Amino acid sequence: MEEKTIANQNVKLTSEGYLVDPSQWNKEIAIEIAKEEGIDLSDLHFEVLEFLRKTHESGNTLTIRKVGKSGIVDIKGLYKLFPGGPLKYSSKIAGIPKPSSCV
Amino acid sequence: MKRLLIIGGGTAGTMMANKLRKALDKNEWEITIVDKHKTHYYQPGFLFIPFGIYSKDDVQKPKSDFFPTGVKVIYSDVDKIDGENNKVLLQGGQVLKYDFLIIASGAKTNIDETPGLNGKLWKKSIFDFYTIEGAVALSNFFKTWEGGKLVMAISEIPFKCPVAPIEFICLADAYFTKKGIRDKVELSLVTPMSGAFTKPIATKMLSELLSEKNIKVIPDFYIERIDNENKTLVSYDEMEVPFDVLTIVPVNTGDEMIARSGLGDDMNFIPTNMHTLQSDKFENIFVIGDAANIPTSKAGSVAHFAADVLYENLLNAIEGRPLTAKFDGHANCYIETGFGKGALIDFNYETEPLPGTYPLPGIGPFGLLKNTKMNHYGKILFRWIYWHILLKGKELPIEAEMTMAGKKKEYLQ
Repeated sequence: MEEKTIANQNVKLTSEGYLVDPSQWNKEIAIEIAKEEGIDLSDLHFEVLEFLRKTHESGNTLTIRKVGKSGIVDIKGLYKLFPGGPLKYSSKIAGIPKPSSCV
Repeated sequence: MKRLLIIGGGTAGTMMANKLRKALDKNEWEITIVDKHKTHYYQPGFLFIPFGIYSKDDVQKPKSDFFPTGVKVIYSDVDKIDGENNKVLLQGGQVLKYDFLIIASGAKTNIDETPGLNGKLWKKSIFDFYTIEGAVALSNFFKTWEGGKLVMAISEIPFKCPVAPIEFICLADAYFTKKGIRDKVELSLVTPMSGAFTKPIATKMLSELLSEKNIKVIPDFYIERIDNENKTLVSYDEMEVPFDVLTIVPVNTGDEMIARSGLGDDMNFIPTNMHTLQSDKFENIFVIGDAANIPTSKAGSVAHFAADVLYENLLNAIEGRPLTAKFDGHANCYIETGFGKGALIDFNYETEPLPGTYPLPGIGPFGLLKNTKMNHYGKILFRWIYWHILLKGKELPIEAEMTMAGKKKEYLQ
């Protein structure tokens, strides 16, 4: 765990750069984390982030397929928004834990 | 007469029937179990069939052998559960009323979720080992296969027995080595996860093991479709992995009956309280095993540990007491690694798999996150334990709740 200042706010991060406490998240922090991953956030990005946060809050496990069925983007669209590892990166930017995919 | 109904006579449902028949007064409670299939499969044994270690007969017995006397058994498909009116409609038109319902309808593979999977290569060059038919077909195929690219791919998470693909690829390494053609076989593991496993400490151990065996891991690969013409896996971000033989874990979903009942999420798993095992929607419906959406492994060991909690909470609910038993997500998995060795992991919702000894601190006899012969014996012995002790709902000398004793805490961050 490490402490870091992002967008003028002190936050706790895991060793992989995920917010320890999702309630410390705000849009400015999202924009900063996204920049580090080389992503410029659009409104559509934020819609996905809100969906992720809501789903996480309700205690449900997230999968790429679930986001693809959200009605916001399809899976291909999600890959375009967050290339490489869409759920990994979008979760990081949404301030929720790294998807653990319930092993 | 009060009625307890159990849907599903697999590992979880059978254990619950055995435990509850002993606990509930026969003059007061009627217990009924409904299942559409008459054969009980020892699913962990499917893994060994492709390599000729087990045959079909080693993994199947009649379900009726394991149901206790005094339980009514109905072999029928369920049309739907009507939770509002406390009844279950069977496909033949029969209606079963219940005071309490336990859903243990499991998870199954769904080959139609991935375009190109149910195509011309299915069961010719593409196989699964999550069904008895698939495992036997693969066993016949391997007998005469002369080598090439063998790809083990995972379609989606969650899926039953998350360590099985790792075991499969390790056993393939051993099998082709013994056959003398390992140099002609290229082995890779394709996964949508970011590594061989998701939790960091276990991933490190397993990645090293796979790399020692010259097995390539292709992470973050999310299968969109299978190109039958070019024999390639294609991901959503347009990466491609060619194969000569593909062994796949198809997308896992809950039973269609769950969707018909309006009880499932988008994968047909049932939203369930991860601690009490009560369904989110109805107070008198409980869910156990792979059918639940709880964030732990879909595995027999999880169902086994959860059974102790559900047993207590169901008795609590019947007596109108609060649901005080709490499930911790405990899972315990043997990982067969080939050449007569195995590894073992033990973990729960909160604690990732750690190195150590199990079940006795410092003694074992099993080594956690270690590759040992003893762990392999544990896995082999387990089939006997499963048929004779576990399904019958008898006590094993292992606590349902995960313990930190024997685990090396210094590995935690």
